[in-house]
Amino acid sequence: MSAGIAPARAREAALLGLGAVTLTLGAGSVLLLLGGYDPAAAGAAMLRGSVGSWNTFVSITLVRSVPLLFAGLAVALAFRAGVWNIGAEGQLYAGAVGGVWVALTFTGLPSPLLVPAVLVASGLAGGLWALVPTLMRLRLGIGEVITTILMNFVGIYMAAWMVHGPLQEQRGVFPQTDRIIEAARLPALIPGTRLHIGFGLALVIAAVLAVMLRRSRFGFQIRAVGASPEAAAVAGRINPARVVFISFLASGAIAGLAGGAEVSGLTYALYEDLSDGWGYTAIAVALLGGLRPGGVVVTAIFFGALQAGAGAMQRDAGIPSAWVDVVEALVILAVLGLDRVRAARAATSTVEGGA
Amino acid sequence: MSQVELTLFLESAVRLGIPLALAAMGETITERSGVINIGLEGSIIAGALGGALGALAFEGAGLGVMSGAMAGMLVGLVFAAFAIGLGADQIITGTAVTIGGLGMTGAIYQARFGATGTELSLPTLAPVAIPVLSEIPLVGSALFAQAPTAYFAYLMAPIAWYLLFKTAWGLELRATGEAPAAAEAAGVRVRLVRLVATLFGGAMAGIAGAHLALAHAGTFAENMSAGKGFIAIAVVVLGRWNPILVLFAALFFGAASALQFFLQALAFALAYQIFLAIPNMQTLAALAGWVGKSRAPAALALPWEPHR
Repeated sequence: MSAGIAPARAREAALLGLGAVTLTLGAGSVLLLLGGYDPAAAGAAMLRGSVGSWNTFVSITLVRSVPLLFAGLAVALAFRAGVWNIGAEGQLYAGAVGGVWVALTFTGLPSPLLVPAVLVASGLAGGLWALVPTLMRLRLGIGEVITTILMNFVGIYMAAWMVHGPLQEQRGVFPQTDRIIEAARLPALIPGTRLHIGFGLALVIAAVLAVMLRRSRFGFQIRAVGASPEAAAVAGRINPARVVFISFLASGAIAGLAGGAEVSGLTYALYEDLSDGWGYTAIAVALLGGLRPGGVVVTAIFFGALQAGAGAMQRDAGIPSAWVDVVEALVILAVLGLDRVRAARAATSTVEGGA
Repeated sequence: MSQVELTLFLESAVRLGIPLALAAMGETITERSGVINIGLEGSIIAGALGGALGALAFEGAGLGVMSGAMAGMLVGLVFAAFAIGLGADQIITGTAVTIGGLGMTGAIYQARFGATGTELSLPTLAPVAIPVLSEIPLVGSALFAQAPTAYFAYLMAPIAWYLLFKTAWGLELRATGEAPAAAEAAGVRVRLVRLVATLFGGAMAGIAGAHLALAHAGTFAENMSAGKGFIAIAVVVLGRWNPILVLFAALFFGAASALQFFLQALAFALAYQIFLAIPNMQTLAALAGWVGKSRAPAALALPWEPHR
């Protein structure tokens, strides 16, 4: 199934992505017109708020793209292995809680130890959150779609409980944790901007995943299991359960890093509504990126720009920010639709070529 | 628990279970045809907003429920266009439809009532007590002094069961979900059957949403569906794709949710956020404990291309 939405060649994937963006812009404009808004004013506000200046691009768009990048990579990895991990949102919250807990607890550690500890904790927490649906799938045969979604709700409420209860700030006024100490914070990637090294870490993970998927034995196994677990087991003598187990947990860990990098790189505290549905946006990011790590980098920045621009759109053009969710849905549907058209044309040309 | 408390408990159990029952019954029919609609959540929230706007526009809750059903069906149509028409992956399509449904209703609500969201007060769907039945001790008022949507759910369960298992149409529907190639060979138009089943599921989820807005909350709030669509999909599994069992499974879930209120009242000081997470955890636990014994339609989630 995942093979159908991961085009074989990078060029095809890029064309598909561009086509989907064009379709989305068209459909989005029509919807905005129907809603009585001016699409041109909306577009202008969006551009100004996302790429209007170097500083806007780096400190807003790229910063917004960091959690989408981690979570998008997490989803892409899972989908490539045929694992329908819709649970990045919950894994992200688990990672944020794990990371902030370490940052608030081990305050005696020096920064070179504490920062990695925070990130490792967030990855472990995210992986742990994915463990429940992983085991339910492998041990009980329960599909992961519903279980990961249910775990999202549990994760969101668990984080909310943390900031109202065990991890609430010492003054006990606001639903948030205390700010984490300097030594636990991610340093800036580009000095003078808000962009932190979380972005660099995500790029490194993208590169590792790209090489792993294309060149390594395990990458081959992931692609084989994603295409057909039965065929992989029979023809490739691959153990699909092992591949699913490892890629599901790795996916959860990468999604957990999204939360850990956000609290240690940007907010310096855990809040109730830390994520604005990034774990779901990540599905659009991954699909638009053709489930390829390189593509995900591009589309995560694109969605970072969309989210940055949405704020400006609301301020300057009075368009409700909820429109961004509509755009996300349109992107996913456009990718699906174009992919089906591509598949149908490929089938036709094969038939004609054979005749 | 005193008699009064028990009556209150049963009453809220049914009230909380009804939206799950309505949505899950529709999804049962959809899944029996071989389509899993994860976009159910989108239909529920659309039904809630459609129900609220309809009730305001037509100044009546009854027509509000109708508008809710239409809105839910419209979202179901978007899902069907991609998942059935184009044969796109059902899980991803459903996820997109849920994201889009939550976003679209939020955008419409903010545009109409402002970003902060003024508290709407809607014509509500008042409970109707059925004479005699509602006077049965203990369960009478719980089951038979509810909003009309509850009676609709009670009626739909046997009707859907009969349609599914005792009519030619039901046989075609089940064949479509179990063995679409065989169904097609026998002259069944697989995609048409799936379209009808999906639209029915969307309408039922829309009614569930309208029930939330009009019978339950008396207002609309963004994201008020709060994951009920996903719990309803799990309820279908627990009810083993049988409309009557699904009704009982939904009421059981309502009871489990209602129990939390009472545990809290009985000084089991449970943090509010944990309390909110309990229905989701219960669903996970119930799936883990039950699902091994049931079997999904064989062609569930598999797209179908007609052969010419």
